[in-house]
Amino acid sequence: MTPGQAKIKQITYEGNGHDAICSSCPWTNTVMTIMASQKMVYMDHSATTATDPDVVKAMLPWFSLMYGNPSSLYKIALESKAAIDDARKKVASALGAEPEEIYFTSGGTESDNWALVGVAFANRKKGDHIITSAIEHHAVLHICKYLEKQGFKVTYLPVDKDGRIQIDDLRAAITDRTILVSVMFANNEIGTIQPVKEIGSVCRERGVLFHTDAVQAVGNLSIDVAEMKIDLLSLSAHKFYGPKGVGALYIRKGVRVDSYMHGGAQERRKRAGTENVPGIVGLGVAIEKAAQNIDNNVSRIRSLRDKLLDKILDEIPNTRLNGDRNDRLPGNINISFQFIEGESLLLLLDNAGIAASTGSACSSGSLEPSHVLLATGLPAEIAHGSLRLTLGVENTDEDVSYVFDEIKKAVERLRVMSPLYADYIKARSCNV
Amino acid sequence: MYSEKVMDHFMNPRNQGEITDADGVGEVGNPTCGDIMRIFLKISNDVITDVKFQTFGCGAAIASSSMATELIKGKTLKEAWDMSNKAVVEALEGLPPAKVHCSVLAEEGIHKAINDYRIKNGLEPWKEEGGHHHEHEEAGDEE
Repeated sequence: MTPGQAKIKQITYEGNGHDAICSSCPWTNTVMTIMASQKMVYMDHSATTATDPDVVKAMLPWFSLMYGNPSSLYKIALESKAAIDDARKKVASALGAEPEEIYFTSGGTESDNWALVGVAFANRKKGDHIITSAIEHHAVLHICKYLEKQGFKVTYLPVDKDGRIQIDDLRAAITDRTILVSVMFANNEIGTIQPVKEIGSVCRERGVLFHTDAVQAVGNLSIDVAEMKIDLLSLSAHKFYGPKGVGALYIRKGVRVDSYMHGGAQERRKRAGTENVPGIVGLGVAIEKAAQNIDNNVSRIRSLRDKLLDKILDEIPNTRLNGDRNDRLPGNINISFQFIEGESLLLLLDNAGIAASTGSACSSGSLEPSHVLLATGLPAEIAHGSLRLTLGVENTDEDVSYVFDEIKKAVERLRVMSPLYADYIKARSCNV
Repeated sequence: MYSEKVMDHFMNPRNQGEITDADGVGEVGNPTCGDIMRIFLKISNDVITDVKFQTFGCGAAIASSSMATELIKGKTLKEAWDMSNKAVVEALEGLPPAKVHCSVLAEEGIHKAINDYRIKNGLEPWKEEGGHHHEHEEAGDEE
């Protein structure tokens, strides 16, 4: 047992972790009022998750009791240092890595940005070519655009209709100037899982570094960086019931990466800035719990997901599943409803207390719908009518029935309003 | 994000539907951009006696259709023609900046329906003043 753990044990809180924080929080009343006023079903776990009360509990002592700066030399500082090291072991163990290969960051975006920029600049004498996919998260795509401005060349691999890259495309894209391949583990919108192990093998064979954005995968899919030949991996705590604002980058021993944050000597001189101790502790507990419960959680969530998915596809006509039917994240549903637009669907669902997401442009203020859906070859008008539901640990059978009923009602209601649907019905009755 | 008025017109849209024997029909937008509005007018003695809409689009597009049709019901064609998208935005108690184009779409849909009526009746179509152009139309014209 580490000194950090010994101290935590001495502090007890009444009730669950939430009581301790919420009783003095000015937002609590507002939130409680919203939650009490109507049914609330959260099906947007790919956006974020509720922090597990056990995680909150583990984090609490590190705010006001043991607040020492881990870089300092007195006792409470050493406790903080020990707590970080403990969390580092937990993260390493969940990934099949060594603790000294784990670097804590502010989250998925920083990890992705650091991996790309850090590898690019550290290896630019070797080459200037980076390969990624067309369906990456913007935390990868936008840093690639930045690197292009800095003189690097980037290849964006296409994907098939299910959102998967082709290994042959990857092989063909690698040149002797290629220094890095960055392909996500599983897609945040359509849930499709990439052939990570094969990508890792090709990269290792060709002497090219392989980074994967595993932000959606951790807690949902088993990961072994050694077996999968992954050189760098990004993760973010709030996607697996940990706190927001903290993540990690795995960097395989011996991989050359420039620093991204410059300043103090934290994280073995690789990532400057005073460590987010409570966040890191929370990340450690969350990833340990996720790894322990992965089999149970995943099979339960997958069976709920399948139930909802099949019901929608079977009982609501003119719908289409986006992403691969089998190789997809266990909680992910992404369905296009023809003739309607996603934002209006979200509004109706929100009115029924359901939190979900869409790939429609109208929800983001841009004119282009989701780059992921377009990359799979989906026509824009079908992409506009997409709905993403991502299930998580707190969802139940009852949620599934309720959400299905509300989706069916909302889709019918919007179709009745839609000129596209009116034309479809007319064309159909003419053909009969 | 939306005003109460927008939510009211989205949740309880007025004049939604189709007029099968409409005197003028106007359709604007395109599915690629995620919004299409179709306006049906029933006209008698130069007055809009009935109006209905069908809309494929976001909450703001549906609310704009609902509000715009409310504003022109019972009005003369000239009055309806002169109703600007700003009047729709004001009546809706504001729209987020990215959604103002939905109100422009409603204005243009009404203009198209009015001119459809005028052309059918051997009248010269009215010309758009100021020529503000719905940004989506250009993409649609390519198809």
